[in-house]
Amino acid sequence: MQTSSPLAAEAAAPGVAVRVRGLGKTYAGGFTALQDVDLDIRKGELFALLGPNGAGKTTLISIVCGIVNPSRGTVTADGHDVTREYRAAREKIGLVPQELTTDAFETVWNTVSFSRGLFGKAKNPAYIEKLLRDLSLWDKKDSKIMMLSGGMKRRVMIAKALSHEPEILFLDEPTAGVDVELRRDMWEVVRGLRERGVTIILTTHYIEEAEQMADRVGVINKGRIMLVEDTAELMRKLGEKRLILQLSEPLQRVPETLASHRLTLAADGRELVYTYDAQGERTGITGLLRELSAAGITFRDLSTKQSSLEEIFVNLVRSSQ
Amino acid sequence: MNLRAIAAIYRFEMARTRRTLLQSIVAPVISTSLYFVVFGSAIGSRITEVDGVSYGAFIVPGLIMLNLLTQSVSNASFGIYFPKFTGTIYEILSAPVSYLEIVLSYAGAAATKSIMLGIIILATAALFVPLRIEHPLWMLLFMFLTAATFSLLGFIIGIWADNFEKLQLVPLLIVTPLTFLGGSFYSIHMLPPLWQKVTLFNPVVYLVSGFRWSFYGLADVSVGLSLGMIVLFLAICLATIAWIFRTGYRLRT
Repeated sequence: MQTSSPLAAEAAAPGVAVRVRGLGKTYAGGFTALQDVDLDIRKGELFALLGPNGAGKTTLISIVCGIVNPSRGTVTADGHDVTREYRAAREKIGLVPQELTTDAFETVWNTVSFSRGLFGKAKNPAYIEKLLRDLSLWDKKDSKIMMLSGGMKRRVMIAKALSHEPEILFLDEPTAGVDVELRRDMWEVVRGLRERGVTIILTTHYIEEAEQMADRVGVINKGRIMLVEDTAELMRKLGEKRLILQLSEPLQRVPETLASHRLTLAADGRELVYTYDAQGERTGITGLLRELSAAGITFRDLSTKQSSLEEIFVNLVRSSQ
Repeated sequence: MNLRAIAAIYRFEMARTRRTLLQSIVAPVISTSLYFVVFGSAIGSRITEVDGVSYGAFIVPGLIMLNLLTQSVSNASFGIYFPKFTGTIYEILSAPVSYLEIVLSYAGAAATKSIMLGIIILATAALFVPLRIEHPLWMLLFMFLTAATFSLLGFIIGIWADNFEKLQLVPLLIVTPLTFLGGSFYSIHMLPPLWQKVTLFNPVVYLVSGFRWSFYGLADVSVGLSLGMIVLFLAICLATIAWIFRTGYRLRT
């Protein structure tokens, strides 16, 4: 297919699953949920969109999926404008929304088959069966949804989103309120989808999950994208390291002579924590240990700890307040 | 056109009827039978004939129209309101489905249900009174157009309503009174001259009159005018729905 304009050429860029340009959303009441958002989601990646409550994550997802009208800007899915070429765009997309919204009186089989039909796909009982088996729903296929537990309902919603074999899958807080077993099962399914080349966009409050699973991370706050980075690179760039010294004798306060170091006391004065930049040319550890010895402070043990994505996320959001 | 999506929504809505058979079919049939018992014996003994048609037979088109109107409105309004209420509307809005396809499937299912009900009531009426249908094709056309138009009206109400009270407001406070006052149980020629003129502002008069004409060749207003009015209501509903979808009113924020 030929593209006739720079915008179309950009939208159809190879390797891009979702392209967002200059996106803004102001609701009728005047609340601006998104401001000038630019974002590219690469094909086949697992992208974690992180942000505090009310940051604009769900609005962004809703616009891409066609549930909310944008006020400004453009969104393309696999090169198709989500407004002008909505059929082609939406055929590619599956959505698991945050809220547990299901047809209470329908059976699992019927509701998943309904979703497939809604997306214009021919019946495929073999595929639906495999899907239900993968999500441990096969035994419940003839059960009415209202008879299922919350975790099972969440599985049904995932099955519905996957029923039309989407190439792009949005998971909006998929693990909220579900038990450990389901979370493990669900991540297995997500891994399987990624291996098959499905692009996955995930929002979650369980940031350790994003840290483990995501190829890239985007942080959104107050309707603006604050950063987009490879997860490993983000951890390397913004991650801090801490040296934790378990003291032989507890301290009441950090001695004045050591004030130039980034030292804090923890565990009721039994631990001395030194925070440093692991990527820096000089960590300052050698000098610190020398000064500790000179001050007569001894320790029984020591360990180091890398800051988590959650800590990086919290710092980023705090710094933007 | 996404025919599979239309079929999926249509089947889903029809399945809801099967699940609620008592409420959807049995209840209206019983209440219609009660009308025959009450109106047929209580009033029918005083008004034996209207323009040469026995009173019991005279009210059959009006009773069918009453059910057609109220059921079309309530089926269609509930059909689209319920997904809004439960939140499952997200799936319809995020699917590759056009507005036309959404309306066709929801209003089509509602119209199908009310036409089925109309035919069942017709068959029930035949057990109570001698019936004749002089213009069966016109009867079917009137039935179809009325069911389609009021299903579209129901769809509009379902979109507009943001609580269950509003959902019931228009059917209970507007549609049912207009139907009772629209000549369902009497000929408007039985009214005093002033009320004969006032009642012409009631759109249901034209629907009942045209429908009754298809049975007995009797009409309060000309058949052409009845047909014209139905088509006008249809056009108004279609224009309103087009506006709803163009603006995203109460669907897409």
